[in-house]
Amino acid sequence: MTTLSSKTAAPRSVSGWRSTQSKRILLTLLGWSVALVIFFPIFWMILTGFKTETAAIADPSLIFSPTLESYQDVHARSGYARFALNSVAVAFGSTFFALLIAIPSAYAMAFLPTKRTKGTLLWMLSTKMLPSVGVLVPIYLIFRDVGLLDTRTGLIIIYTLMNLPIVVWMLYTFFKDMPKDILEAGRMDGASTFQEVFFLLLPLTLPGIASTGLLSVILSWNEAFWSLNLTTSSAAPLTAYIASFSSPEGLFWAKLSAASTMAIAPILILGWMTQKQMVRGLTFGAVK
Amino acid sequence: MNKTRASGRTVGGLRTLSLQAPAVTLLLLWMIVPLGMTLWFSFQRYNLLMPGMTGFAGLENYEYLLTDPALWAAMGNTLLLVGWVLAITVVGGTLLAVLFQQEFAGRGIARVLAISPFFVMPTVSALVWKNMMMHPSNGVLAWLSESIGLPAVDWFSSLPLTSIVIIVAWQWLPFALLILLTAMQSLDEDQVEAARMDGAGPVAIFFFITLPHLKRAISVVIMIEMIFLLTIFAEIFVTTSGGPGLATTNLAYLIYIRALLDFDVGTASAGGVIAIILANIVAIFLVRMVAKNLED
Repeated sequence: MTTLSSKTAAPRSVSGWRSTQSKRILLTLLGWSVALVIFFPIFWMILTGFKTETAAIADPSLIFSPTLESYQDVHARSGYARFALNSVAVAFGSTFFALLIAIPSAYAMAFLPTKRTKGTLLWMLSTKMLPSVGVLVPIYLIFRDVGLLDTRTGLIIIYTLMNLPIVVWMLYTFFKDMPKDILEAGRMDGASTFQEVFFLLLPLTLPGIASTGLLSVILSWNEAFWSLNLTTSSAAPLTAYIASFSSPEGLFWAKLSAASTMAIAPILILGWMTQKQMVRGLTFGAVK
Repeated sequence: MNKTRASGRTVGGLRTLSLQAPAVTLLLLWMIVPLGMTLWFSFQRYNLLMPGMTGFAGLENYEYLLTDPALWAAMGNTLLLVGWVLAITVVGGTLLAVLFQQEFAGRGIARVLAISPFFVMPTVSALVWKNMMMHPSNGVLAWLSESIGLPAVDWFSSLPLTSIVIIVAWQWLPFALLILLTAMQSLDEDQVEAARMDGAGPVAIFFFITLPHLKRAISVVIMIEMIFLLTIFAEIFVTTSGGPGLATTNLAYLIYIRALLDFDVGTASAGGVIAIILANIVAIFLVRMVAKNLED
């Protein structure tokens, strides 16, 4: 952090150096205040989770005696674990299937392109533009008729399809960045497509596949349109569970905060880790 | 040699087709079946509460919907919500991207904190803001305004749509920041340096170098946000339920009310068709832009 960039390494004069220094201090102050203001609601939520219900609705204060009471209550009374398990199953299940379906497809598009490849890619992107609310009625009725309402399987199907275009696109951009010579060499040595994919492509593009998978997990974990409309209790993931705190009689801020902190912590950490690669997937490769 | 290559290409074509088949088939079904059903239902008389009343309705559902003041209120709210959130996140995101591009102590951590809200699930964001931030007597904002001698604002009853805008903008500002920061990385530092040598101030550099460089990334942010913002749902669902009255009912929420609360499948489907058309207008531009990008 203390190393000066090349721009400032050769100050023209002492006064120039001084003004750069004061500019840096000003920037540090400004940057940090903005970041802290944006982060404040999350910080406050984490803090409130460690308060008692009485302290939670008292005047805002940073000084209080922390307690794990709310965390214990959330676990004991509402069966937090069940909802968390639903979230894990749905997010990882849908990601697994999306990758399984998308890898061969992205492989074909990146390494065996035909005239139609570009069109197919764009068409896939366009399916992502279909607003979910536009197809709420038919999906709800189909799910009701085949008994998929309030099941994990139902949500996994929806999330797999919902994320499939993004997953294909992101994998495609990663595969495309890979040097083709390596695959050529493998083919010369007589590797089959299967061997090529499993022994050459997958190991080489594992970081790309991992960040694609993580984006898919994050998007499924946080999805709250289908989870609110298609689940009621037994398959309800965390998004739907947290929504149950919205009832007016359920004003338990400390418990809401404790449950929310647990619900967002894993994804927040995953998000921090993959922020850079995620941009590719979120913008369909338009911004890298 | 030529022969093998030619035949190899056909085999390649077949292979490409078979490898793509699962993804293409599933997405095709995912698109066509519900879309077809929505379109079909929108021309049917179909209410789950009145099983006897069925049959072809012609344009009745559309007529009913288009003459319903609730639709126009919802359209207006959707427009305001999308417009305000876009304005806040794009302008704010650009300025923040410039700020977080400068070198300062602990920049990495500050960046991570600033993009965090994007990873928070919508139901959590909405409830944290509604309760702990905006509560008229116990919220942090009420405490802040009282401590400087101003009356506390009852956000959700006096400024319901504004409250929703604030929550949604808080979620999407980090998205704009994240994308624009990434785009910023490819900015040619030499060009900036050259401009500085020529005596250009920071404002001139921002308007004549930074902004043109970010143009494409900004349009990508606008279009992607538009597609998501057109159908904001969870934030409204857990805070205002569309109220008071229709003050925070957007198109997505109206369709939800018609479909799952009134069980009026026909009208809800007609609303769905309208939402699809609106989203597609935006989508055409986005797809075109990505297509152009695919060429270079």
